[in-house]
Amino acid sequence: MGEVKLIGSYTSLFCTRVEWALKLKGVQYEYVEDDVFNKSPLLLQHNPVHKKVPVLVHDGRPIAESLVILQYIDETWSGNTLLPQDSYDRAMAHFWAKFADEKCVMGSFMAAWKDGEEKEKAIESAQESFAFLEKLIEGKKYFSGEDEIGYLDLALGWIPLCLDIVEEVGGMKLVDAEKFPSLLEWARNFAEIPLIKERFPPRDALANYFHKIVGLKRSKK
Amino acid sequence: MAKSDVKLIGAWASPFVMRPRIALNIKSVEYEFLEEILGSKSQLLLESNPVHKKIPVLIHGGKPICESLVIVEYIDEVWSPGPAILPSDPHDRALARFWAAYLDEKWFPAMRNIVTAKDEEARKALMDQVGEGLVLLEGAFSKCSKGKGFFGGDQIGYLDIAFGSFLGWLRALEKMNGVKLMDETKTPGLLKWADSFSSHPAVKDVFPETEKLVEFAKVLAKFKATLPK
Repeated sequence: MGEVKLIGSYTSLFCTRVEWALKLKGVQYEYVEDDVFNKSPLLLQHNPVHKKVPVLVHDGRPIAESLVILQYIDETWSGNTLLPQDSYDRAMAHFWAKFADEKCVMGSFMAAWKDGEEKEKAIESAQESFAFLEKLIEGKKYFSGEDEIGYLDLALGWIPLCLDIVEEVGGMKLVDAEKFPSLLEWARNFAEIPLIKERFPPRDALANYFHKIVGLKRSKK
Repeated sequence: MAKSDVKLIGAWASPFVMRPRIALNIKSVEYEFLEEILGSKSQLLLESNPVHKKIPVLIHGGKPICESLVIVEYIDEVWSPGPAILPSDPHDRALARFWAAYLDEKWFPAMRNIVTAKDEEARKALMDQVGEGLVLLEGAFSKCSKGKGFFGGDQIGYLDIAFGSFLGWLRALEKMNGVKLMDETKTPGLLKWADSFSSHPAVKDVFPETEKLVEFAKVLAKFKATLPK
């Protein structure tokens, strides 16, 4: 079905979710690791607008933005459907994926690099956002609502992938066992799936990366 | 489906609200428009969108859908057959979604921030950003339109809706600042497209007049000044 290349980085949760999608669909692809601190001409050529990973290049045509890529993968390769069949359920999956990227991912990062009163406020705000996810997963094994993982599980997979590292680096606890039992159970179930677990990068390497960028963020203040 | 089965909570001046309205028009779907008043949020809005408490919200058969672009895709899927809003080719779809995300995450925030820029230097920097973005979008237009009149080709589509919904405010901003951000030298394709878009049958009744937006901007500024910091 054409040549597939993924330009990514082990440091990027946005890339890992794309790899999970490709693996789930059984797509053969070439992986090109990009150094986020020294971006390659290839990346700049294929994503001139944002200059960021991930970029999926299919038959020479690039696609950027991880959630756009996930949808593209689902529409292009059949089998193991990622998005729900029903239009309303699909709309909900898109809504929550966008919400989580804006409020939970960014919320967690901001809480990590802020200090003092700003940090307290950012932690509170992030926890309010995570509370919506807790409510959403209650009583369900996966966010897809089925026995198999789907689009929303992949979009939220960064939680078991690296949230605890971000918490450690940020000297804070966002998702604790007392307030978020269902979310943490989902995270454990998700992380145990072999094709998911296989793509977890070495913990040290990821921790080093987050220490570096939080350090950079703090020094810019 | 009966008109009462489709409701849209919104406001005339909101570019995000305009998007589902155009989509519903394209599909010839009758709907009840529930206008929110500036400064207060209706009980229905708060119940239908407890997460963001923002417009637009589409309520279809009692079920709410939020986030303008999510709503547009939902409308495209539910009311088919009917003219297609998203392109049929997956790569073209991905391109349209990519540019819509760019508009919402990068381009529009820069444009919106021009109004509240702290000084002339900041304002100029933002206007440059908006202008540079328009040059990128001119390139996107060449690529997506493939020589036709709209991003969607012969007919208006997803990206026309996503971008076109900002035209009213772009024109208002140009008027308020005495500048031309879209012009014949740098963005000739977009200039022509803007005219075609705003006069399109599915668009013209919901496209806000520049003068009305300029007036509204003053009302909005006064209202925002009363809000606690």
